[in-house]
Amino acid sequence: MIPSNFDYQRAQSVDDALTKLAASGGTGKVIAGGHSLVPMMKLRLHEPTTLIDIARIGELSGIREQDGLIEIGANTVHHDVATSSLLRNNCPIIAETAGMIGDPQVRNRGTLGGSLAHADPAADYPAALLALDAQIQLQGPSGTREVAATDFFQGLFTVDLADNEIITAVRFTPVQVAAYAKLYQRASRFAIVGVAAALVINQGSMLRKPTIRSSRIGLTGAASHALRLTSVEEAVAGQAATAEAMAQAAQGAGAKIDDINADLHASEAYRRAMIQVFTTRALQGALARLPA
Amino acid sequence: MAESPMLPKMVGQRVKRREDPRLIQGQGTYVDDLKIVGMEHVAFARSDIAHGRIKSVDTSVAEAMDGVTAVFTGAQIAEFVKPVPIITPFPSPDHRAVVVDTVRYVGEPVAVVVATNRYIAKDAADAITVDYEMLPAVVDTEKAMTGQPAQLHKDFENNLSVALLPSGTGVSPDGQTVDDTALDQAFADAEVVVSQRMVNHRLAPSAMEPRGTVAHYEPGHNKMTIWSSNQAPHLLRGAIASMFGMGEDQVRAIAPEVGGGFGAKVQAYAEDYVVAGLSKKLGIALKWTEDRSEAFLATTHGRGIIGYIDIAATNTGKVLGMKLRLIADIGAYNTLFTAAIPTFTTLMANATYDIPAIRTTITEVFTNKTPTDAYRGAGRPEATYFVERGLDMLARKLAMDPAEVRRRNFIQPNQFPYTTQMGAVYDSGDYAAALDLALQNAGWDKLKAERDQAQAEGRLVGIGLSMYVEVCGLGPSAVLPTGGWEHSQVTIERDGRINATTGASPHGQGNETTFGQMLADQFGVPLDHITIHHGDTAIAKQGIGTFGSRSQAVGGAALHLAGGKVRKKMAKFAAALLEAHEDDLVFENGRISVKGAPDSGKSFEEVAAYAYVPVPLPEGLEPGLSEEAFFEPSNNTYPFGCHIALIEIDRDTGEPTLRRLIAVDDAGNLINPLIVEGQIHGGLAQGVGQAMIEEVQYGDDGQPLTSTFMDYAIPRAADLPRFELDNTVTPTPVNPLGAKGVGEAGTLGSTPCVVSAAVDALSQFGVTHIDMMLRPEKLWQIINGGQS
Repeated sequence: MIPSNFDYQRAQSVDDALTKLAASGGTGKVIAGGHSLVPMMKLRLHEPTTLIDIARIGELSGIREQDGLIEIGANTVHHDVATSSLLRNNCPIIAETAGMIGDPQVRNRGTLGGSLAHADPAADYPAALLALDAQIQLQGPSGTREVAATDFFQGLFTVDLADNEIITAVRFTPVQVAAYAKLYQRASRFAIVGVAAALVINQGSMLRKPTIRSSRIGLTGAASHALRLTSVEEAVAGQAATAEAMAQAAQGAGAKIDDINADLHASEAYRRAMIQVFTTRALQGALARLPA
Repeated sequence: MAESPMLPKMVGQRVKRREDPRLIQGQGTYVDDLKIVGMEHVAFARSDIAHGRIKSVDTSVAEAMDGVTAVFTGAQIAEFVKPVPIITPFPSPDHRAVVVDTVRYVGEPVAVVVATNRYIAKDAADAITVDYEMLPAVVDTEKAMTGQPAQLHKDFENNLSVALLPSGTGVSPDGQTVDDTALDQAFADAEVVVSQRMVNHRLAPSAMEPRGTVAHYEPGHNKMTIWSSNQAPHLLRGAIASMFGMGEDQVRAIAPEVGGGFGAKVQAYAEDYVVAGLSKKLGIALKWTEDRSEAFLATTHGRGIIGYIDIAATNTGKVLGMKLRLIADIGAYNTLFTAAIPTFTTLMANATYDIPAIRTTITEVFTNKTPTDAYRGAGRPEATYFVERGLDMLARKLAMDPAEVRRRNFIQPNQFPYTTQMGAVYDSGDYAAALDLALQNAGWDKLKAERDQAQAEGRLVGIGLSMYVEVCGLGPSAVLPTGGWEHSQVTIERDGRINATTGASPHGQGNETTFGQMLADQFGVPLDHITIHHGDTAIAKQGIGTFGSRSQAVGGAALHLAGGKVRKKMAKFAAALLEAHEDDLVFENGRISVKGAPDSGKSFEEVAAYAYVPVPLPEGLEPGLSEEAFFEPSNNTYPFGCHIALIEIDRDTGEPTLRRLIAVDDAGNLINPLIVEGQIHGGLAQGVGQAMIEEVQYGDDGQPLTSTFMDYAIPRAADLPRFELDNTVTPTPVNPLGAKGVGEAGTLGSTPCVVSAAVDALSQFGVTHIDMMLRPEKLWQIINGGQS
């Protein structure tokens, strides 16, 4: 529970951070809230020689809306996402997801960018970002680039982020009809299974009841990394916007995933069953946000 | 009369804890806060395998590191640290503070580093490599009893530490002769028998402050001062003195602020002995602070007892006889109280019931796991769990109200003092009163109707009820090898302020507040004129410690006696000043005066000053106002109560949610109901935690699977409902306060009532018992037709 020796540097700007990161020669690590990295360092699973602290870089914090897009800075802590009135009004799923992460201490310190870079297979945010089709903004020595959430999460603790890059923000089109549901692991409060569902609705009329035009469904906790439940997305399309139809569409959710996790807290069989339960709950939760 | 304010009576008031402002503002001083000039730091290299013979230990890399003062292997430590002693009268294998030849659990120390700072010490400990000959890990307790897959200790065949120790009806006190007549008759007469194997699983005590030790040996004085996060500093003093051939005059033990103990900090541990021994050997002050990862492995666990219970009863629910066979997974070694913990389970097998025939047996088994020892309740929660779950099964089998089955078997108020089949003498009790109040507060009939309604709607709602009685106020010296008394000294200083000491070393019990309240009333002075000292053997001259819910019932009684002695002496001085008779004086509102004539008196300060400059010295008196007392209780106390739970289980996921927890506790007279409620809250949380989310688990290879808080769940506030508390008051006759003790009570009834509620919720699926903890997946399997 004591990390090995490391140097600590505080970055003043993103450019400064990138310079320091490059100078560390691949053995440096960026730290913001430290809620993923520090536990790994204390267990000596990570032994970086240099920590580059980006927590006080103001340009990386905050929640903004511009041209119909919402941008959340990478340094924004979970508590700020959970309580943002902009998000609660325009894209409640992301605030809901942030509010279900860990406990108050974690939410007051942990950051969006840190969670994404660490990519714990049971982290909550990835499911929501998949459902929102979010774009993850990265900056490196050669400039900025943008990666779709679908492409970002690649494997166990593995993401499309180079050693010399920093996550700066996440950007997405707000979705009203979306919800996140999770089964808590009772010690860590990570997701044993977490499902985020975002729905696009064909508005009903005098003659026609509303239906689901399309959906995006993100799953976390169940496999080595967060992924889309494409078969359920297909099954939902065209269905009536009813709770029963959602439960029907969620039948067999995740059946095609072959690397379902099993651990102390949940067996493979239980996790499989819970994918269906929480897919149903996420879909029904999203429908409940359909404006009357 | 005087300008003194009217002082309210303090005992019985909800006074806020005086300890809290400093503790919640970070102004407390814990062991790890101590700094001594020249102090160096100790780290332990620990076994990362469960069972293996050491072939070689390579310390060369560690020794060569900058800042490393010295490195010691187990063999080198053994040259000056003897085997870790125990206090129970059972045979025990050699337990070296640091392993000499065979490691027997993950986390057992294999080498020790001394370095100039903690980080270097830890790096050096990590650089020590050990080459092992791997041995099979003994993990399954019942398999271990057949000697499989290995034997841990040479002279302990089949891994048995204690084998089939009988007690109860027909068993002679020495356990040598056993007469089965009454027991056999009970089971022959039975119209119904309930039998069940139940697992009361291992828990990690998880005090907020892990352990820590600072030892400072001063060669010039040949004196040792040891600071340790410990519940019983006087026992620690004796243990250190005895280990190193020193006198108790040469060792000073200090438990400063202690951030929780829960029974796991009563004993002196291997680390205490090693740090003290190294300080003596090297002549420098040394500090070791346990980190959380170490705490999960190196601090003793609790519980870990399998119970086989058989209850013989009539069709009307009258219990005729009971058999309880215990198999305890004690881990790799006997530590201080280890072997005695299951004896508390059997001692309390009678529970709150008039059961005419009981037989218990205890088997204690070595396994390749962290040793077990006391944990909040220490044997009594296990007894309550086995018996109350058993009675719940009986009620279910007879289709009787679980409250009614209890009521038909209660020991009646006119039967006290009541000698149980197990040899305990229950001091006082009114069990039906506690049950009735709990039923009333729960709205029992309405609650059952709500449960039935919810189940009719397809919701999985259940209710559970548990009585409990525990043995507290440990305890007469006849049953406690440490001595069962407590000590206190009360001094009225020259300025009228009061210094008092207690040997009961609190670590969260709030005795600075409750003891202050008692003295405030005894002397009629403000609470803030009183300081309670504890935890330092140079200040609190004698003591046993705080465990077994004894600090108020035994320590408080000693304080009361010491205070009474000083008061008597002070009255003599006041009588001389006032030219009155000492028996006519009252102490109130900061004055000592003749009863009925408050203006006649002298201020408390004036009388105190006179006692220290006694001119003239009243005949027959010595100067000064300082008296001490030892209190030896005539018996244990037996607090009791009734807990009721309402649980709902999610049909889709199996997740249990505790909706209500109703508790009625009877701890006798209460000094401070607010502190009592706090103690009960904590106990309930830990009892609920065991039922629902806490469990120490090991893999088949003996690797601990729950060694961080990421995998070992302890209850958060959000996991718990708002507790609905109430109490009855049945004073004990065994001490002058009538207080029974309350520290452990909450852990007793809560666990079985929560599990019984879960069984109730799922009984429609044919289940009659569920082993803890209530894992969602386990409940989901029951719902979906699998077995528990």
